[in-house]
Parts: sequence; structure tokens; C-alpha cells
Amino acid sequence: MLNRTAENAARATPEPLARKVRGISDKGLAWLFISPTILLLLAINIFPLFWAIYLSFTNYRANRSNEVVKNLGFANYQRILGDQDVWIAMQTTAHFVFWTILLQTVIGFTLAWLIDRKFRGHAFWTTIILVPMMLSPAVVGNFWRFLYQPQTGLFNYIVAFFTGVPPSSFEMLGSVQLAPWAIVIVDTWMWTPYVMLICLAGLRSIPEYIYEAAEVDRASNWRQFWSITLPMALPFIMLAVLFRGIENFKMFDMVNLLTGGGPGSTTEVASITLKRQAFESWRTGYSSAFAIILFVAVFGLANIYVKALNKVKQR
Amino acid sequence: MKSSLKLTLGLASAITASTAASSVAHAEDLTLCWAAWDPANALVELSKDFTKQTNIGMKFEFVPWTNYADRFLNELNSHGKLCDLIIGDSQWIGGAAENGHYVKLNDFFDKEKISMDDFVPATVLGYSEWPKNTPNYWALPAMADAVGWTYRKDWFSKPELQTEFKAKYGRDLAPPKTYDELKDIAKFFQGRDIDGKKVYGAYIFTERGSEGITMGVTNVLYDYGFQYENPKKPYDMKGFVNSADAVKGLEFYKDLYKCCTAPGMTDAYMSEGLDAFKSGQVAMQMNWFAFFPGLYKDPNVGGDKIGFFPNPAGPDAHFTQLGGQGISVVSYSDHKDAALKYIKWFAQPAVQQKWWEIGGYSALKAVVEAPSFPKSAPFAPDFLASMQMVKDFWAEPSYATLLQAMQKRVHDFVVADQGTAQEALDSLVKDWTATFQDDGKI
Repeated sequence: MLNRTAENAARATPEPLARKVRGISDKGLAWLFISPTILLLLAINIFPLFWAIYLSFTNYRANRSNEVVKNLGFANYQRILGDQDVWIAMQTTAHFVFWTILLQTVIGFTLAWLIDRKFRGHAFWTTIILVPMMLSPAVVGNFWRFLYQPQTGLFNYIVAFFTGVPPSSFEMLGSVQLAPWAIVIVDTWMWTPYVMLICLAGLRSIPEYIYEAAEVDRASNWRQFWSITLPMALPFIMLAVLFRGIENFKMFDMVNLLTGGGPGSTTEVASITLKRQAFESWRTGYSSAFAIILFVAVFGLANIYVKALNKVKQR
Repeated sequence: MKSSLKLTLGLASAITASTAASSVAHAEDLTLCWAAWDPANALVELSKDFTKQTNIGMKFEFVPWTNYADRFLNELNSHGKLCDLIIGDSQWIGGAAENGHYVKLNDFFDKEKISMDDFVPATVLGYSEWPKNTPNYWALPAMADAVGWTYRKDWFSKPELQTEFKAKYGRDLAPPKTYDELKDIAKFFQGRDIDGKKVYGAYIFTERGSEGITMGVTNVLYDYGFQYENPKKPYDMKGFVNSADAVKGLEFYKDLYKCCTAPGMTDAYMSEGLDAFKSGQVAMQMNWFAFFPGLYKDPNVGGDKIGFFPNPAGPDAHFTQLGGQGISVVSYSDHKDAALKYIKWFAQPAVQQKWWEIGGYSALKAVVEAPSFPKSAPFAPDFLASMQMVKDFWAEPSYATLLQAMQKRVHDFVVADQGTAQEALDSLVKDWTATFQDDGKI
């Protein structure tokens, strides 16, 4: 039946076209099919990357297209690596990435472990827990801004209720000490479900018979957790950490909406600095160099991490 | 038969509809780009007269202030054709002129007998000229504006508060003439219960992302002796930007922020100020004159309850931050002739008079220097006084880089408590010097 359809299709193909197609090898045909995608990727991913690399060696400014573009060599890179503000932004980013990943992994794994117990109504609670992840970061940023409002925000009132501290006596987004943690809290609230989901998949992939064998060997619950659950779920946990690490390294939207990098430059993560240089100060060459440095850093760290992940998987 | 009848009826209706549509269609449409705020709505109303007279339709592209510069500078830099006319911020003039975004208007002004001498000098210098102090015009002053202050007249006139204030400070509770007086009043109101509600002393600009804190702090810095550069040697900033007086000014702004503002005002600009004032939270509010007509009409805090005063003086000088914008023709527009017609129409005294009456701020001398002007609105005398003492931020092509540097240094010191005022201004000199070196100006 299938052969007859193919024959009919071949017969229906105009002769000149059929002759042309007949002359193409399987490999050629494969290239023909994937070439539109490759061209698209080249146009929107690869070309901009190489263009940014080129611009990073120049003094180009997108708002001064009339000016002569000069080659600066590595001057932009030297300037960025010697700029104290850039290093402060990198430290802020590192702080943000470290704490969000730590909290999301611990809480996410704990939630996954609890959900995996399959208690009554666990499906309902799983759905509820997943809700924050489904929201748009713009929505999350805006409503947490209201929640953190020192005079009318719910967050301050809840803290006041439990601690007795007056609600308007502290500012989550306006205080130098609290603002970085305010962002960590929101990101953890939003993305812990994502980590939980991946960990849950890991936990569900552990065969039941291993636990049964452990029971036969009279291994305690604690021993089972350390010797079976954690090692077998570890590749999944590491995968979640990788995804969240890459995502948070380039975090922009939520920080921009919550604090805009402030107060002062307290929460100015690298992506905010980059945006300011590129689209507010219009230092296109400089910001291209900064983007390349960030790209190399993330790419390098991710590669090292993936190698570690593969080692864990092979154990 | 039935179907052909339906077809005939359908065609007939389509033809009728298209004829009707063509009767309201215009020869061509112009798009005017500006910020989304009260005066923009007034301009929509005003522009209906232009359409009536010329049959040129008007479309408007208004963007909130926080995205205004990003959005329209992107549009200009990408040589976009969205805007035929643009009411661009005063600081854009250098970049827009040097990068060819705006049409130079000198020949057009000569031909149409539009004289810049007919406009308030500060607005011509601020909105139209590049290079500054040269007769090269790139915009027609469209919306004069400056920083001013509003206060709660009803609170100031409470007898018990007046008595208490006089006992404490030895003078009447009245709109402040100096920044020291303003601070005293702000302290007096801070945390006080008025009509069963906790209120705060003053609202000042602290916004970090765009231009807010710079547009606020400069009002104090100018009055304390801050200067952008050596008047005798351009781009020589050391000892002018970071002079001892300027440092005192910056410290004063921080003191005012710490002692007398409401909690949570760490990233606040125009709209937050309006909210704070309208909700009865603050006794005094720093904001742009452009908002004052709307505040005066506010049913809760307007009318007899609101008063106005110009930016107070400091120990060394008396200035205020210039706001406002000029209207320019975008050089990438396909409708430049029609856009110039709009500018010609807008420059007419009768149109400028109506512009002031419906909520815009005219910069035409014939309007603002008319004998009836001071009595035309309760804030008119203060507006007039303010326009005589305005000073603007850099209008260089690199203004955005210069602005971002100041935003960072000032916000770091005032709001985030990082470093000293001297360090903040020293760093600012370094940042600005580097920018001008990059531009080849030093």
C-alpha cells in the first residue's frame, strides 16, 4: 500500500523535477532538508556571535553610525577585566547564583522526596507547587514588588506578625543588606518547583527492587537514602543545578523588575551592567567584549560541569 | 438570482463604506512621538485643530517615562521611520544633531519667519541649540518645564501646627525659601499624625534606572555651587564637579533623604511622587511643573489644599533643574514637509496660548510674559520664576553615558550608603573624564 502511494507520488511529480531529485543522493537530500534550519541558525545565532566578536575589538557605538570604527585590539577586554565595577557585578552574580542554587536544590529535592512518598492528594499538591514556575517573570517581579512594599506589602506584615518588628521598619528592596536576599527569595520561590520536577523524575527512575534488596539486608532508612536514593538521583540533581546555574548566571528580568540593580549597585548582576553599557551608554564594542567574556565564562564552567556530570553517571 | 442579489448588495455596501471611510481619511498622517503623561493628552486635543485646518491626520506614539529614552533613542539610532515628529528630551539634542537624527530648522525658521527671540531664552538654549550658545536650531521649544515643589497648604495653615512650628523654629510655617528651611519643615512633618494618618516630610527623586536621582540631586547641587565644568576651560571638571561645596550639597541631599522621606522611596521618580502626594503621605513634593495642573485639579489634594513653590535657594546659588523638550522633525521621516507644517502651526501665538490653557507649558514669550499670565494658574508665577533660573544636565552626544555614571555614583552614595560624598563626586569626575576622552574632546 505504502509502495503504491510512493509510486503514485513519483508518477505525479513533473518529469524535469523528478529527474533532478533522482540525481540527488540520500546524503544530499538530507542536507537539503536540514539546510533551512542550518541557515536560520547561522543567521540568528552564529553570525551575531561572530559579529559580536568582531565588534568587541572596536570602538563601535550603535548610536553613532556616522563615526569611523577604529580597531582597538584587546583594549576593551583589558578595560573590562581591570574595571572594579565589573568585578563587583560578577561577585553579585556569583552570590546570587550560589545562594539560589543551594536553596533551590535543597528545598526542591526535599519537596520531590516528600511528593515521591505518594501520600493522599500528592498529585494535587504537586500541581499547586508547580504554579509559581508557570508564571511569567514579569508578573512575578511586579507582584513581589508589591509584596515587599514596606508600608502596605504582605511580606512585611507576615514578618512583623511572627517577629514583632514593625512592618515599615525594614525595606526588603531598599536596604543594601536585604535587597540581594529579596531577589534570592523570589527566585527560589519561582524556580524551586522546576528543580523539584527534575529531582522527582530522578527519584521515580530508581528501581523498586533495589530498595527491596536493601530491606532484605536490613538497611536503615537513613542508610538507604545515603547509599541508594542520593547517589542514584545525583545525576538528575546535577542536571537541575546545571540548568539553573546557566539560567541564573544570565538572570536579568526579575532583578530588573524588582530592584533595577539597586539600591545603588547592590544587586547589579552582570546582565544588568551589560544592558546598561549596551543600550543606555551605547558602548557597543565594550559591551560586546563584556558579553564575550560572560559567554566564555559560562561555556567554560558548563563544560567542566558536564564532564563531572558524565563521571557521576558512569559510576 | 438570490445569490447575485446578495452579491450586488454586498458590493454596494462595500462601496458605500469605502466612500464613507474616504470622507474621514486624510491626505497623509503624521506620527508624533513623546512620553506618556498629562501634557501628551493635552497635545492630542490641541492637534485636532491642526487636522481640521490642514486635513493632515495625527497619530501619537506615547511611551512611559521610564522607557521613553530607551525606546525613542533606539528608534532614532536605527534610523526608524516610526516618528515623523518627536518631542525629544533636552539632553538628546547634541547626539541627535551630530548623528543626523533631526532636521536642522534654521532655513525653515527663516522662511516661515519663526524667530527664536520670541521664545524664553532658557528654552531655546536648552531645547533647540546645538552646539550650545550658537544659532543652530534643531527643535522648536515645545514644552517648557522645570523642577518645582508642591506642598499641603491645608496642613501648613493648621493653627496648632503653625504655633508649634513657630515655637520650635522661630518663624512662620510657610513655603521654604532655602533648602535649610525646607529641611526644617520636612523634619517637622516627618512621622507626624495628621487627620489620623502618619505623614512624612518630603518626597524627592531617588530613581536609579533612568534619570531620576540625577534630576533630583542637581537641584541641590547647583544651589550649593556645583558646576559641570570650568567656565573658562571646557571639560575641565576637577574642582567644579567635586568641589567642597558640591560635596556639601550631595551630603545635604542624602541627609534630606534619610531624615525626611517615606519608607520605601529608594527608587522613586515622578509617578511615585504623585502617588505619595495624592495619597496624603507627604507634606512637600519635588516634581516637574508639567504635573502641577493635574495635581491642582485633584479632588482630594488639589484646589485649596495644594500650594506651590519654586526650588529653594542654597548657600551659594539659586537654580533649578531644567526639564521640558523641543519638537523636532525626524530626518528619516517620509513626511518631512507635513511635519514642518505642524511645527509652523504649533509656533503660532494663538495655538501656544491654547496649549497653555489646556495643560501644556508654552515657551513663547507672548504667552508667558503676558500680563494676565501670572494669574492664569496658581503655579504660573512660580513656573515663570523657575524658568529664569534653570540649568540643564550635559547635552553632549554622550549624555546617556554621562547620565548613567551620575545615576550610579549618586545612588550608591545617597541610597546605598556606599563611600563618602567626596568619593562619589571624585569617581564621577573620573567617569566623565574617561567619557570625554573616548569622545576625543579632552
